[in-house]
Amino acid sequence: MLYENVITVLYIDLATGKIEIRRRTDLTEFLGGVGVASKLLEETMRPELPPLAPEQPIVLAIGAISGIYPLITKTVAMFISPLTGELGESYAGGRLALTLSMAGYDAIVIRGQAPRPSYISINGGNIEIKDARAIWGMDSDIVGQFIRDHEIGSGKRSILRIGPAGENKVKFASVCVDTYRHFGRLGLGAVMGSKNLKAMVVTGDKTTKIQDPKDYFRVYRSIFKSVTETDLMSKYHDLGTSINVEVINELGALPTKNLMENRFEAADQISGEAFVKNNLVRKMACTGCPVGCIHIGQFRRVFDEGYDYESVSVAYDYELIYALGSLLGISKTDEILQLIEAVEKTGLDAISTGVSLAWATEGLLKGIVTEAETLLPLAFGDTKHYYQAIIYLGNCENDFYRTLGEGTRSAGVKYGGEEFALQVAGNEIPGYHTGYGNLVGLTVGARHSHLCNAGYAVDQSIKAFDEDKAVEALFQEELERGILNSLVICLFARKMYNRETVLKALKAVGYALTDDDLTTIGQKIFATKLRIKEKLRFDPRQVKLPKRFFETASMQGKLNSLVVERMIRKYVEKCSTLLTESKM
Amino acid sequence: MKVLKAMKMNRCIGCLSCMITCASVNQQDHSILKSAIRIKTSGGLTGKFIAIVCQACQGDVPCAEVCPTGALVRRQAGGVLLDKENCIGCQRCVAACTVDAISFDLETKKPIVCKHCGVCVRYCPHGCLELTEGEQYVI
Repeated sequence: MLYENVITVLYIDLATGKIEIRRRTDLTEFLGGVGVASKLLEETMRPELPPLAPEQPIVLAIGAISGIYPLITKTVAMFISPLTGELGESYAGGRLALTLSMAGYDAIVIRGQAPRPSYISINGGNIEIKDARAIWGMDSDIVGQFIRDHEIGSGKRSILRIGPAGENKVKFASVCVDTYRHFGRLGLGAVMGSKNLKAMVVTGDKTTKIQDPKDYFRVYRSIFKSVTETDLMSKYHDLGTSINVEVINELGALPTKNLMENRFEAADQISGEAFVKNNLVRKMACTGCPVGCIHIGQFRRVFDEGYDYESVSVAYDYELIYALGSLLGISKTDEILQLIEAVEKTGLDAISTGVSLAWATEGLLKGIVTEAETLLPLAFGDTKHYYQAIIYLGNCENDFYRTLGEGTRSAGVKYGGEEFALQVAGNEIPGYHTGYGNLVGLTVGARHSHLCNAGYAVDQSIKAFDEDKAVEALFQEELERGILNSLVICLFARKMYNRETVLKALKAVGYALTDDDLTTIGQKIFATKLRIKEKLRFDPRQVKLPKRFFETASMQGKLNSLVVERMIRKYVEKCSTLLTESKM
Repeated sequence: MKVLKAMKMNRCIGCLSCMITCASVNQQDHSILKSAIRIKTSGGLTGKFIAIVCQACQGDVPCAEVCPTGALVRRQAGGVLLDKENCIGCQRCVAACTVDAISFDLETKKPIVCKHCGVCVRYCPHGCLELTEGEQYVI
């Protein structure tokens, strides 16, 4: 909590309705965020029970300076992932970080299963578990509307909710935050569903006097200026992340048609420019971010005879264009937006959905699964059937879709076709087939995301590939990102928030930290996460990588599995050293 | 002397930098609740952003008219300045403002009134707000 040497944690037990607020001074060695969340997860998780057992926690946390500087806008969620069975970690923007700080909490721990469908209403110190029976089963956007009308705090509240996929415990169900942001990856939606928790609304009216207004505003101004007056952030505002479609395609690293190919012949038709030309109608920002990277695209749809049309708006980004575009062979921007809409309605993670359907399509082609199972003649480029398949996936329509909803890895184990199930340690892959850095990075990364250690960037930055250098770069990046994530800074601002800026920002509001302190915090966080993964029995050396990653050439050419294995072993050695040192 | 006009709210991205900086500079507080300008949205992906802020009324100034102690002093270019010494915290000005631009600070027991300083204009990254002379209204 700003200017107080304490971490305020709100504990909610949905089974008993018990609410507890603990002011924890023992957690202040972290800056909040992923540091505090990891500690709370480690304390409250039950490794011996399945991920969706009622006892398992959902932990949300913000950082020490959330909401008071530009781009410090995110909230971290930690949980045991039902998709991978191990460490779950996901980030969302929107208004959540600001509203949590206005409500007066650094972190929230939610445990237990509510006896009936419920939602949590947090208004500062007033916390209620309310009846959600009437909104159970609703699409995530409609739930948002009902809660907006039903609850107070318009304009300064945040609303989290799940769709049918979360209720049905699809293992990669997402949580929608404030309509256009998400805790997308690793299945937080299923964890909420397993707790009978449909939604959560957060508001508060806490105010905080600035202790040194002059110093604070001087630093605020300098950060604001570097955001708005330099080109550090402009690509995120201009075309947005979709600028990468053509960049990654040029590199031969854009997974296409279930990664049977590494370039998409129609990449120019689904590029950032194509979306601008066909669909872009608006840009928006998370609260406190002057960049505004959220790109809203619109398409028109006829829903009945007699010229009955509706217009539909959804947010788009690079990863969605990859997963629901090139990976499924879809070459029209309108159609990609339609699939994004289906994913939003059902409350699924876009990447996992695209990857699972790409696997099903190839499975159908190869005769591993039949149309009797898929219910639809899924084919690359066929949006209409993919749209329906997403609805089936969210609803667990039959045994096949129920299995697919367990994750692409599980589906591969059950039906065959593991060799082209595009997942690493159970998590469906993001859109970068750049080479060793990416593949190793996904395997060793704490949450098997490209955002753990930016392996795709390591691949692009090392001119002559050197496996030791790459392993070192991945390790250092994961450490460094732990620091940013403990403040829960948007990773788009990672270059701007270098250590010097982070220290200045902290100092202006009374946190006198040194560069060495940051290093120590980064190491402690990493060690905590490694301990959690150990307790959940994860060993990156045991990860079985699908053959497809080695068959289809990456940006660096065809990858050799022996090199990958060697790099993973080297990374594990580094982790062991870190763990040993942290115990001393 | 200039007045604040939120003339191009079609450009707004909802970042609330205006509120954060107004509260910081004018009330020395980190909370957006202390801001004299408020950005409202009706929610969803298509809901418009609206700026709720002093319209710099000239001539008849409703908030100043109802102030029993003369604590709201008319500005020449429009709007009012709050004389905190004279304010008794009666909240009549809050009710009198047709556009709800005056909020009441429960901690200081004084209204939060925009003084048209323009800090929000300088920190609006998308050119929604302007400090202008006089009355012209450009869309």
